[in-house]
Amino acid sequence: MGDPPLKKEKEPSYSAFTQQQLPACKPLLTPIVVVIVFFTLGVVFIPIGAIALSASRSVVEVVKRYDDHPDCTRCLSAEGVIGECSSNSDRDESLYNTVNGTGYNCTIEIEIEDKMEKPVYMYYELNNFYQNHRRYVKSRSDEQLRGEDPSSSVIGEKCDPKKYQNEDNEEETDIINPCGLVAWSYFNDTYSATRTTTGGDASDVVIDETGIAWKSDVDDKFDDYKATNFNNIPEVRGGGEMGGDKTVNKDEHFIVWMRTATLPNFRKLWGKIDMDLEKGDKLTFVVSNRYNTYRFSGKKKIVLSTTTWLGGKNDFLGIAYLVVGAFCLSLGLVFLAIYLKNPRNLGDASHLSWEKAKRKNLG
Amino acid sequence: MSTDKPEKAHRKIHINEVDACREYRFPSNYVSTTKYNLLTFLPKSLYEQFRRIANLYFTVVAALSCFEALSPVHWSSTIPPLVLVIGISITKEAYEDYKRYIADTEMNSSTVLVWRDGQYTDAQWQDIKVGENIKVMCGQFFPADILMLKSSDSEGICYVETMNLDGETNLKIKKALDHTSSWSDKDVSAVKGSIECEVPNNLIYNYTGNLYPGRESNKYPRSSFAHEPKSDINDDIAPIPLGPVQLLLRGASLRNTEFIIGCVIYSGHDTKVMMNATDPPSKRSAIEKGIDSIILCMFFLLFLMCIIGAAACAQWTQSRGPDMWYLIPEEPDTLEFAPDDAPLLALANIVTAFILYGYLIPISLYVSIEMVKVAQMVFINMDHKMYYAETDTPALARTSNLNEELGQVDCVLSDKTGTLTCNVMEFFKCSIAGVTYGTGCTEVERANARRAGKDLPPDPIPPHKTKGFNFHDDKLMDGNWRKEGHPDIIAHFFRLLAICHTIIPEGLPDSEDGVSYQAESPDELAFVMAAKQFGFYLTKRTATSVFVQEKNADGSTTETEYEILNILDFNSTRKRMSVIFRSPSGAITLYCKGADTVIYERLRTTGNLFKEVTYKHLEEYSLTGLRTLCLAATEIDPQEYAEWQVKWEEAKASLEDREGKVAAVSELIEKNMVLLGSTAIEDKLQNGVPECIELLGNAGIRLWVLTGDKQETAINIGFACSLLRNEMVQYIVNVDTPEVQAAEALGDKQAVESVTERCISQQLIDSLEDIHKNEAQGILVDNALIIDGRALSFALKDGICQHFLALGLRCGAVICCRVSPLQKAQVTNLVKESGNTTLAIGDGANDVGMIQMAHIGVGISGLEGRQAVMASDFAIAQFRFLERLLMDHGRWCYKRIGRMVAYFFYKNILFGLTLFWYNMFAFFSGQTIYNEYFMTTYNVFFVSLPILVVGIFDQDISPEFARRYPRIYQQGPQNVYFNFKVKMAWMLNGVYQSCIIASFVMGCLYLFSDRKSGKTVDLWSAGTAMYTCVVCAVNLNLALAINFWTIIHHLVIWGSILLWFLFLVVFGYFPHSWSTYVYKLFIEVVSTSPTYWLLVIVTIAVCLLPDLCFRVLQRQFFPEDHHIIQEIQAAHETAHTQIGSYRSGQEVEMGKAGKTGPIGTNPRTNTEALLPGGVPGSSPTSTTASTHARRAS
Repeated sequence: MGDPPLKKEKEPSYSAFTQQQLPACKPLLTPIVVVIVFFTLGVVFIPIGAIALSASRSVVEVVKRYDDHPDCTRCLSAEGVIGECSSNSDRDESLYNTVNGTGYNCTIEIEIEDKMEKPVYMYYELNNFYQNHRRYVKSRSDEQLRGEDPSSSVIGEKCDPKKYQNEDNEEETDIINPCGLVAWSYFNDTYSATRTTTGGDASDVVIDETGIAWKSDVDDKFDDYKATNFNNIPEVRGGGEMGGDKTVNKDEHFIVWMRTATLPNFRKLWGKIDMDLEKGDKLTFVVSNRYNTYRFSGKKKIVLSTTTWLGGKNDFLGIAYLVVGAFCLSLGLVFLAIYLKNPRNLGDASHLSWEKAKRKNLG
Repeated sequence: MSTDKPEKAHRKIHINEVDACREYRFPSNYVSTTKYNLLTFLPKSLYEQFRRIANLYFTVVAALSCFEALSPVHWSSTIPPLVLVIGISITKEAYEDYKRYIADTEMNSSTVLVWRDGQYTDAQWQDIKVGENIKVMCGQFFPADILMLKSSDSEGICYVETMNLDGETNLKIKKALDHTSSWSDKDVSAVKGSIECEVPNNLIYNYTGNLYPGRESNKYPRSSFAHEPKSDINDDIAPIPLGPVQLLLRGASLRNTEFIIGCVIYSGHDTKVMMNATDPPSKRSAIEKGIDSIILCMFFLLFLMCIIGAAACAQWTQSRGPDMWYLIPEEPDTLEFAPDDAPLLALANIVTAFILYGYLIPISLYVSIEMVKVAQMVFINMDHKMYYAETDTPALARTSNLNEELGQVDCVLSDKTGTLTCNVMEFFKCSIAGVTYGTGCTEVERANARRAGKDLPPDPIPPHKTKGFNFHDDKLMDGNWRKEGHPDIIAHFFRLLAICHTIIPEGLPDSEDGVSYQAESPDELAFVMAAKQFGFYLTKRTATSVFVQEKNADGSTTETEYEILNILDFNSTRKRMSVIFRSPSGAITLYCKGADTVIYERLRTTGNLFKEVTYKHLEEYSLTGLRTLCLAATEIDPQEYAEWQVKWEEAKASLEDREGKVAAVSELIEKNMVLLGSTAIEDKLQNGVPECIELLGNAGIRLWVLTGDKQETAINIGFACSLLRNEMVQYIVNVDTPEVQAAEALGDKQAVESVTERCISQQLIDSLEDIHKNEAQGILVDNALIIDGRALSFALKDGICQHFLALGLRCGAVICCRVSPLQKAQVTNLVKESGNTTLAIGDGANDVGMIQMAHIGVGISGLEGRQAVMASDFAIAQFRFLERLLMDHGRWCYKRIGRMVAYFFYKNILFGLTLFWYNMFAFFSGQTIYNEYFMTTYNVFFVSLPILVVGIFDQDISPEFARRYPRIYQQGPQNVYFNFKVKMAWMLNGVYQSCIIASFVMGCLYLFSDRKSGKTVDLWSAGTAMYTCVVCAVNLNLALAINFWTIIHHLVIWGSILLWFLFLVVFGYFPHSWSTYVYKLFIEVVSTSPTYWLLVIVTIAVCLLPDLCFRVLQRQFFPEDHHIIQEIQAAHETAHTQIGSYRSGQEVEMGKAGKTGPIGTNPRTNTEALLPGGVPGSSPTSTTASTHARRAS
């Protein structure tokens, strides 16, 4: 090595990074760590579960299906009432026979079984309605709803198969606004209620139907304009009209409806009842039964529910936390037992596979 | 022989008749090394990209997604990723090609002097044509392959540097055509004539051709400038033979010579350097092949999902669709909803599902793997532990394809000379006139002594120690040799060393540095250095003579000129080299040096008194691991020489089989020789070789050494480098058996063949049975197989090779001696075919076959040229770096890539399946629950970086502990990290987690209000919740899997999760037309719901629990080897932090350990002392002594 050191032009730069010697933390799943982790999980999860479950249990919820209520299943022929319909197809038929599909009113009674503190939220629930079908979800024009230039070519391009009021007449003046299946099938049952206390006092229930939509929807996604060509012609009508002077962004039911649901069973907020409902109170709902769920054997329900910080009556989270917490706790115990009873010597080189093989060969 | 038409085997060139040459359509001298040009770039590079099945698949998906009716997702979610992925690859290609183009342009437009219109003018390289004469100045590169006509040197000699061609840095001597070398510049430049030579080929060291004097050029119209009386070569002169010595190759440069003039023979892509430019064979690693099979598996799953989905969708649509008035069944759309045409709907739905669930196939896998591998490659290139300061050579990964293959090597096949040894030859001993001289002890002798339990004292440092000379014996030094028995023979011996070689001396003997030597072989250099020490100082070589300063008895010197008449070159078939020279006295002598076998055959039958005793010495030398050559001489009768000279010239001029003819003629004169003695050269083991070999052995890697040495030498070297150990049972297979000898005595060649074959086969089978017997009896010994080259040629035959392989694989060490380059490749292939992952390591041209054949080829960038490096996948400067390359880089890369691939499929299965589960509740209509932007960015932003970082940085155990427990390496060859079970576990984990996420989210968020204000959950906020769970689970699962956290890991893993939320927030503020459903979704809707947060947390917990439990249980009950070593390492590190003397084991440099550490034990044993007591490393296997102490000077 007497030679003078060579010029080291190609010597790689030396740093902890290039030499893969960055300081690193090397955590190990040692039994102690594992037991601590599981116990911690258990200790944290179980109380959360308990709190969540108690919150869910404190919610009072009343659900009443009404589409099959005798009062709502009256059979109508073109001539008038002819009794109660027994099959869904008859009911479907009879709904069409109402004047211009405007449906008919039926009266539903709901008894409050537990005290409901205000605010009480009122929902309608639909079952077996595939609001998440791809054809359905796609069929809307956000541009139109936002109020972009109605003559723009993008307007309504995604609305098939419900872009024109009259499919045979594809003219610009005939474009539905808002177009698309979601809007077209706008839920149009309406509700009003009276409350009868145990004492027999009857009073109208004020259902506040505002503030049910998201602010960003009202402000930005829906524009301040009046619907045109929208479910005007009874023969090609799907769901409800947007009546009167109400502009689109004022029709909160519509805005709620336009947020499609995740699953074929869903609830949508209808309104808020700003009074306490006492146990034994009877609420009498006058439902204008228009929306056709008979054809696809769907259900319609009225739901009244209070909420807590966690929302409605949903035991799922509470139970999940309790189960997971309990599971972790017991796992922690099991591992602790294993650790105490049958401790594995950490870093015991005799457990290395080749050492074992050697022993096996010798023995 | 000469015809006017160009034949296949020949080309004809008319010097200075460019027009006449035109009809042969020689390529122009424009050289392009680019793969593409502007026109072909796009189609060709795209074609390359689409040869990858995955890219093709994604293109189909992207194309399909453009049909909006059919596609569940917008094209914007499929096309950008594809464009990105392909774009990155294509851009890389384009950039690399552009760099090549720039280099080409620079080269093509460099200028050179060309003889045109009677004078030399500057012309660009690309414009010079075959047949033109050009003048190249000192330092310039040759623009084409040139026949040298004249040089500035009066002898017609020039020196060239061929670094770019073969990597050899020593100058080579080239010689102009004798006939023209003395002409004036002008005459030479205007010369006429024609050259007939071979068609272009890629043999750098071969060239044959003839120069026909000017006659034929008469047939062609002469250029106006031309004719001068002397410039035509005389018609009467016979064809002049041309050889490689006159050919100057493109890529080489002119040195130490003012200028040369020559005629362009091969231009452009015909030049030898271009003919040699081949891409290295593309190799794929085992894991990469494994990816294909998983992708196939994924395709199967994908189609299954598509078919199930489509069938369900069609069935439901048919039965329930007509009643779903809100979808308007009266206006069916065959692509989405057609109750009346279910079969067609099913078909369309398959396509839709195909696009939707396509996330099962990870699009970014290939590009990610490529990125990771390039980073790994950079780490290899930057590694200081593989940087060899003495030659300023860092390690070089020439391909990034095989990084992980380095971690799965079963068998290393190694060359010996230059690979295990330094290839620095030192003159160590010699035997002259039957007396052996030289008193040193070789490494082999020391190793032998150690095995016998003795320890030899280190040699005294010889007073005459210089490079190449490590000889210690006063009897020969300082002129003492004159007092020995046969001073005349000794004088011949020394003179032979000084004359019989092809070395070019440079510089003046009186100058400060003395004469330096340009040697092609280190052996010859050692000889010349030795001769100098003995008083025969080679000072100068001219075209015809060598000059030697010989020391007289009185200490004065006389310079003697020896006229070199002929040099009969060395090659591997001749195995000898001779010079014929005329001494000042006029006597003609032949000196010959060569292998003992060939020399002994050519000795005269009488008068060779020292034959036997020299042979004994030869055996002794080779037993001690020395390389031997025999030296012999003979006087030649001038008459006889003259006759022979004619034949020699004829043979030299022949166009066909010149080599064979020259060899035959050489044979005529190399006979009747007198044996002078033999030389013994030591080729030292490289630093750290025994330690490295031992470590590789402990790591369970088989080492096969393939060497050209004799059996005894090979065995002894084997011991010296720890390949063989005393306790090993040696099985020696060779042809030296009585049966074979008996058959040979009879002389029937065929009989000998069949007897030998039977005999070899029997030896192999017997050995194998012996091993089985030992195993059956529970005797556990390591075995070693030593097989001879001739035996090997039989052992490689069909029917026998299985036995050979079976035996070889049972042995911890295999040495094949006297093997040819072809056999090296054959052996490699045999081992490779048996399913073992092979790594071939070598340094010379003879190793190229084996390097290309093996799964991984490693070249030693050492002294013997760069051919091995050029053919290799990885190049390192020293054998011992193999340890770092395999044990650290290889092992890590294997684990990294294996984990990465498995993880990629896990995360994509997880993502793809959540979509499938959701669709079960969405009529299988192909509706996505995720926003398109989420889908697009999944593989790009939120889950890709962490796995890239793990793929680049992950380390399971430190290099130090990998050394201490080398057996851990076996996890690679046994494929512990990427086997069926591991892949399955990851995938099942993905399936499980997708079920949990889908069911938890849908179970919790479908009916009820999720907040105080009573609002209910819609599709897109549920999707956001689901996506959050996916992103968190995928990232946290990775966090669970790794136990090596640098700051970068923290940054990317937590950063990715944060990035997702950041994305939600920021993108939510984009205009509604951009962000669509994401518009204020998170800020207003999702984040304000306590249910969302609680749901995400519990879902992730449930997702990760099984994996966590599995890991805990595995560690508790079935700990894997790296688990245990991690624990040991952790205990060790804690202990050292506590006592405050923590010293990273990584700092222990291999080289240092090799020099100072005990030999024959684990090289890490010197750090063992640092350990807290009682942690057993691998126990020392033999006693210690420092081999390297001698070298430590």
